[in-house]
Parts: sequence; structure tokens; C-alpha cells
Amino acid sequence: MSTPPAHPTDVAAPDVLPAEEKAPSRWVPVGRFTMSVLRMPSGLIGVIILVAFTGLAVLAPLFIHPSDLSVTQATGPLLAPPQKGYPLGTDQAGRSVLDLVIWGSRTSLAIGILATAGTMLIGAGIGLVSGHYEGRPGRFLMHVTDWFIALPSLPLAIALAAVIGQGATSITIAIVVTSWTGTARLVRAQTLTVEARPFIERARALGATDNQLIMRQVLPNVMPLILVSSTLTVAGAILAEATLTFLGLGDPTSVSWGSMLNTAFMQGAVTAGAWWYLIPPGIAILVIVLGFTLVGRAVEHVLNARVQPR
Amino acid sequence: MTVPQRTEERGTGTEPLLDVRGLTVTYRSGKEPVYATRGVDLTLAAGETLGMAGESGSGKTTVAMSLLRLLPAESTVTGEIRFRGEDLLQANWGRMRAVRWAEASVVFQGAMSALNPVQTIGDQITEPILLHEKVGEKAASARARDLLDSVGVPSRRVTSYPHELSGGQRQRVMMAMALACDPGLVIADEPTTALDVIVQAQILSLLTELVRERGISLIMISHDLSVLASTCDKIAVMYAGRLVETGPSREVIGTPLHPYSRALAGAFPTLGDPASRLSPGGLPGDPPDLREQIDGCPFAPRCPEVEDRCRSGVIPSVRLGDRAAACIHVPGYEEGVDHV
Repeated sequence: MSTPPAHPTDVAAPDVLPAEEKAPSRWVPVGRFTMSVLRMPSGLIGVIILVAFTGLAVLAPLFIHPSDLSVTQATGPLLAPPQKGYPLGTDQAGRSVLDLVIWGSRTSLAIGILATAGTMLIGAGIGLVSGHYEGRPGRFLMHVTDWFIALPSLPLAIALAAVIGQGATSITIAIVVTSWTGTARLVRAQTLTVEARPFIERARALGATDNQLIMRQVLPNVMPLILVSSTLTVAGAILAEATLTFLGLGDPTSVSWGSMLNTAFMQGAVTAGAWWYLIPPGIAILVIVLGFTLVGRAVEHVLNARVQPR
Repeated sequence: MTVPQRTEERGTGTEPLLDVRGLTVTYRSGKEPVYATRGVDLTLAAGETLGMAGESGSGKTTVAMSLLRLLPAESTVTGEIRFRGEDLLQANWGRMRAVRWAEASVVFQGAMSALNPVQTIGDQITEPILLHEKVGEKAASARARDLLDSVGVPSRRVTSYPHELSGGQRQRVMMAMALACDPGLVIADEPTTALDVIVQAQILSLLTELVRERGISLIMISHDLSVLASTCDKIAVMYAGRLVETGPSREVIGTPLHPYSRALAGAFPTLGDPASRLSPGGLPGDPPDLREQIDGCPFAPRCPEVEDRCRSGVIPSVRLGDRAAACIHVPGYEEGVDHV
């Protein structure tokens, strides 16, 4: 689609542009966009939070050994407050709470991002299709969406997880099934707005098929909205993951923030006054959700030219 | 409502590029049908330029858009649209898509909104080329640059987005886009609205020049008779969904046959003639309600020369040399021989 930059070895091409006419790289706007997000305090803080958490999650296997997380091989004192060697204390099996929090971010982030991807795919797909094919197909899809909106999401997710079985997959599916509706409505509304604009008629006049109209004309115009909506959805998905895992629908053998809270609750950390076991995962959830929300707001602010200060 | 359908009388002479017979478009808005055009007959030879004049709601755009079947789904179109001998109203959707742009393209009004804001203009110009022809992306983008050059936009602007161009440049890009597949017919729907007079003149002369040197037929829609007079060979005047007069531009404007064309031409003051500015050129009354069936001449209620027989039946168009008008006052109407 884009004109590839003229390669130095590409001398045979008859239409190589003179040097000063060379097209600016397509990445320039991306860089400019990133810079304007980072220039906003909220965007900068959000990005720092996300980079820090993602970095820790990705690099965790380098400094946390599986044996550190094993209930049977842990060497620390049992349910001990913060001390030397265990900055955030230990749990009832003698594992370091700091290690657990860092390791738990892997599951929480993975489920949050995967569920968001699924939500966006289904929501944007249904929104685009129902916005493009007005009339019967569009109305049918919107009725299905309304039906899903009417279902209470937490009982539905619990029921789904119970039917599919415990584990990360079922939680991801449960989150997707309960959260795609908002995106679908949002994308459909935007699709209708874009479809009413004259360049869609022009594309139709030049013989574009429905498929080309959706993919080439409508989708690029709806994309910014999907982007903003997805950063905010990740925050919601991470919360939902923590909720469902706390309620005991997650994989009991894997560590996530939700499962930490669950175990702390079940093992009596609350009654034992072991605040160091409860607060770190809670704060971690709070901070990561805050990070995604801040970035989402900043992106929204930059993309919405009307509120952008010049 | 309908002009009497005539049987085919083809077989001799060269076939016109476009031959429209009895084109009737009805929109269904709410419960009542709206009769947008009521039996329009039109022919256009290859390389000819035709201007469509008329006030808002007279059916100009409806006629033009129905040629490529671009009307909304609420419309019903009857009649016959022969383009290069093929009835487009009978063509299937695949064939229709092939005709669109490759054989007949459109310059839309308001280039600002007719361009996709998130695609570079280069991508948008190559889009129809890649869609309709078997050429590589490289060849297509080379052609896009040539096209931009030929409409007077620097070819390095291929990577620009529409918001980076001025209004005139955008309209030029629209024209480059219309010419991308070397069509036989270009439909220009008020191509110069929202442009200032200087740019308007540049765009119009460029459009007519491009069309002339490529031998492309042009249908130009405008409510500005002076624009049409300076750019088109022929003018067709529409009123309430009917073609009331057609003929060479100079004659239609200089000596209009139909009272409505006369009123329309009289509405434009002649430069250097103070009398024309002071004369009351206005026309009392309003155009008819398009939701109603019209018996007789649609212009009868406002016509200064109305007679009783104007108010009933169908007033057919009468041919007079290379002109035609649907009025009982046209010489030769009584004989009724040369009805178009």
C-alpha cells in the first residue's frame, strides 16, 4: 500500500524520486504521536508504570526460580512480616510475597491483554458489520448485543467458568463474552458516522465491494477509537481477572494477583493480621489499572483533536 | 408522469455513448413516494460535454447518480440507461462494479469530504487503478504521480493526506482520481461549489481541457448557468424532475425556448447592461411538491404564458433542429411530428 522508500540498490527503478522529494517515512507520525502522549503528565506516568510492570513480568524468569514459588520447596519463615531477605514478608508456605507479586503480574497481564484482544476482535467485528449492513443483519446483531448487555456479567462469567472448567482459558473466555458488547456498540456508532460521509459514496462509485469498504475505508477511520477503547478495556479485564480468580475460578496452581488474594483470604492471613500478604497484590492491581487508564486517557486526549492544545 | 415509451429506432448511424430513455426515479420517504425525476430522455455523444441546470430538487443529481446506480436503496428506478449500448439498469452488480469508475467516474461535490481523511491521496488515486486494472502497485503509483502532475498538483504530494492540501488542490486530486482509469464518461456533480471564484475558473478550465484532450464525455451538474455556458457544448434544463429544454449552450441561454429556461437565464444579469440588472428577473411562486403527481406541464402554475391546455395531459418534448423543449409555444408543437 505504501510506497517503499527507494532502496540504494534499486537503481533500475524508473520512477525513483530525487533525493529532496523522497517521501517522509510513515513512522514520523507515529513518533510524533508517541511524543505527544509522553508530553502529557498522565501519559508519561502511565507509560512508566506500564513499562516497569511489563519489564518485570517479562524478565521475571531471570531472577525468580520456580523452586522459589513452590509451596513445598520454599525456605523462608512462615507468614513472617517484612524483614531482611524478604522485603514484603512471606506467605503461609514461606514464599517471598515480593516474588509472588512479580510472578503474578505475568498471569494477570497475559489474561488482561488476551481478553482485550478477543474483546476488540469480536466487538469491533460485530460493530463494523452491523454498522455497515444496516437493515436486517445490522438490527439482528444489535439485538444479540442488547441481549448480552442485559445479562448480568459476573454471574454469567462464573457460570461460564464453571461450565468450561477452572483455569486461565476459561477466565479469558468469560471476560471476552461479558465485555465485547460495549466495544460493539461504540464501533457500530462510529461506523454509522463514517459511512454517512461522502468518501464512502466515492469509494462505492469507484466500484469498491462491501469488504473493501469496511477494511479500507471504514476500519482506518474507526481504528483510533478501538485503540483508546482497548487500553481502557485492559484495565477492566485485569480487574475482572482478579475478581474471578479471587472467587476461586482460576487455576489453583498458578500464581496471579487474584489467586494471591484468594489464598490470603482462605488461609486466614486476614485474621492473622498479615497485612503484608494482602496489600501488595491489591496495590499492584490498583497501580496497573491506573497505568492503563492514564495511558488510555492520554491517547484519547491526543487523538481527539478538538481538546488538543496547540 | 411518464413520457410515452417509444419503440427502438436504432440501427442507423453511430450509437451515442449514453442514451437515457424515460428515466423515472421515485424515492420512498416515509409513506409517500417522492417523484424525483419523471421521465427523462437524454443522449450524449462520445466526447460531448453536457451541462445540467436547474434549481435545487429539480432532479439533476438524481439523474446523474442513477446512471451509475448510486442512488440509495429507498429509490426505484425505471426506464432505460444505455451506456455503450448496454442497459445499465439490467446489468448485474458485478458488471455494474466494473463499469463504475473504469468506464464512468464521478467528481463529487465537496472534495474535502469526498476524500478519506486517513489515507494518503496517492493511495486514494491508485485505489481504482488497482481495483479495475491488472497493474502492479509500482506502475499504479507512477500513474498516480503522472495524474497529479497533469492536474497541476506537484507529484511529490502523493504521500500527503487530504488535510494537508488546499481546497483547490483537493478538487484537483478528485479530478485526477476521476481520470485514473481513463473512463469514457465523467460526471461532475457541482465540482466547484465551496471554492472561490478564481479557483473555480481554474478548476473549470482545467476540467474542460482534460476532458477535451482525452476525448471524454462530461456531464456537469450546476445551478450556475454561467458556469455551464462557459464549459459545456450542450445544456439541459431540468424542472421538477423533467427535462424542459436541451440544446447548444449558447442558444439555450441566448434564446431560450421554454419559459422556465427564459426565467432562469433572465436571473443572471448581463455584464455591462445596467437594464438587465434593474429588470425584475425573479419568478413568483415555488416549484411543485414532488410528492404529488403532476398533470400537464409542471411549470404551468408559475408560467407567465400559461394556457388551458398546459394544465392537462403530458406535454411532450418537441425537437427543433438540434434543440428540444417541452412547451406548447415551441414552433412545430401543433404538428406533433417531431416529438422527442
